[in-house]
Amino acid sequence: MVEREIPEHGFPLHCRFSRIQLIMGIDYDFRWSLLWEDPYGGWLIDALLVTVHLALLSWLFALAIGIVIAVFRVSPVKWLRIIGTSYVEVLRNIPFLVQLFFWYFAVPTLLPRAWMLWWNQLPSANYWTAVVALSIYTSTRVTEQIRSGIHATPNGQYQAGLSIGLSYPQMYRYVILPYAIRVMIPSMTSEFLTIFKNTAFAMVITVPEITFTAKRIENWTFQGIEAYTFASLVYVLTTFSVIAFMGWVERRLHIPGMIKKE
Amino acid sequence: MDWTVIPKNLGFLFEGLIVSFQLAGLTLALALPLGSIIALGRLSSRKWIYYLTSAFVHGLRANPLLLIVFWFYFLVPIIIGRPIGDFTSVLIAFVVFYSAYFAEIVRSGIQSVGRGQIWAGYSIGLTYFQTMRYIILPPALRRMVPLLVTQTIILFQGTTVAFIIGLKEFLHRTSLVSERTLKSFELYIFAAVVYLVICYSGSFLSRRLEVKQ
Repeated sequence: MVEREIPEHGFPLHCRFSRIQLIMGIDYDFRWSLLWEDPYGGWLIDALLVTVHLALLSWLFALAIGIVIAVFRVSPVKWLRIIGTSYVEVLRNIPFLVQLFFWYFAVPTLLPRAWMLWWNQLPSANYWTAVVALSIYTSTRVTEQIRSGIHATPNGQYQAGLSIGLSYPQMYRYVILPYAIRVMIPSMTSEFLTIFKNTAFAMVITVPEITFTAKRIENWTFQGIEAYTFASLVYVLTTFSVIAFMGWVERRLHIPGMIKKE
Repeated sequence: MDWTVIPKNLGFLFEGLIVSFQLAGLTLALALPLGSIIALGRLSSRKWIYYLTSAFVHGLRANPLLLIVFWFYFLVPIIIGRPIGDFTSVLIAFVVFYSAYFAEIVRSGIQSVGRGQIWAGYSIGLTYFQTMRYIILPPALRRMVPLLVTQTIILFQGTTVAFIIGLKEFLHRTSLVSERTLKSFELYIFAAVVYLVICYSGSFLSRRLEVKQ
């Protein structure tokens, strides 16, 4: 614990009610102002931004890869299905941290020496490694969600689309996608929330996102409770607001006649 | 490529795998009962129990495991007033974190049985616990098993997180050997294959159980 002198006129206002006696008589001095003091406040804002764009960018890539692999998995060509299935089965059965270390430590050693030196001196090499690892890992989950979304569309819809004379692209554009996308909204929301939480893993390769910064503030000041509370609040508030927003979107786009979400 | 690095360090790495298994096994053994109690709380008709357990479950599920591990690594020594080992600290964090996930599995399992069965239990004069024990839990458990196996695989994958506070589990030992020998490609491929074999057998088992029902 950091020793701080108690001023003669008592505690300054910001911690007058904050000195608490925890169980077993251990003191912990709360100092919430730390969260907006220099330099910690600036760190936290930067960390927030890093977390948000790391999550969004990886999620977009994960969606793109996921769609391709999902098409592989439902394709009539056998070897494409095999590729798709092995991709999903292999990647989702290897812990994310192992994959992250593999991309960060192992893959650069395979590159030609000049490339490796160039890559290692890039200041944002760790950020892009995190993007690659996160999007590949999440793409396996996205694939499964899309596949079940495609399966959820009844066969009759395809036949109906074709029989009223629509072309294949038209059939997908006007019949299948409007249905499948709405069916997939809840699962894509939960995938975004998962990737948002998984950005915390990027801290082990020193990407300065929110968990990394909270840990760093704890290391510098020993004020772990304040720093971790801030980080937890970021995750909890993001989760709840995303769920609330997507619930609203889902109600707006609700297909008449289908079971309604209350 | 020099694959001899793996047989040379196999004993060292294997000890780490045992730590991973111990951590996963103990977490499962403690988090499942705790999760079941919380699930009953989530189904309780008393409002305050319902709100308390719901806050617990939703709060934990919204947070990343890494952050929960840091929370407990920092808080537990302050609360009990003396340092505790890395293993205990991670174990506590894991049990609390995964109990929230197990609670949701158990809750959905119990809810899948249907209200009518509970009323039937009460109407033939069984108490709450007898209804649970003889009527609700047997079919609910059977329905939960594949999900529990899947969650256990996720839990086993999660033990790699203990790396962050320096617990010498499998991934940590892999990284130690790779720093010493600079054979990171071979070692991480080896670690990936080990986890893949273990987790794939688990998901295979889970699928078999699902088909059986």
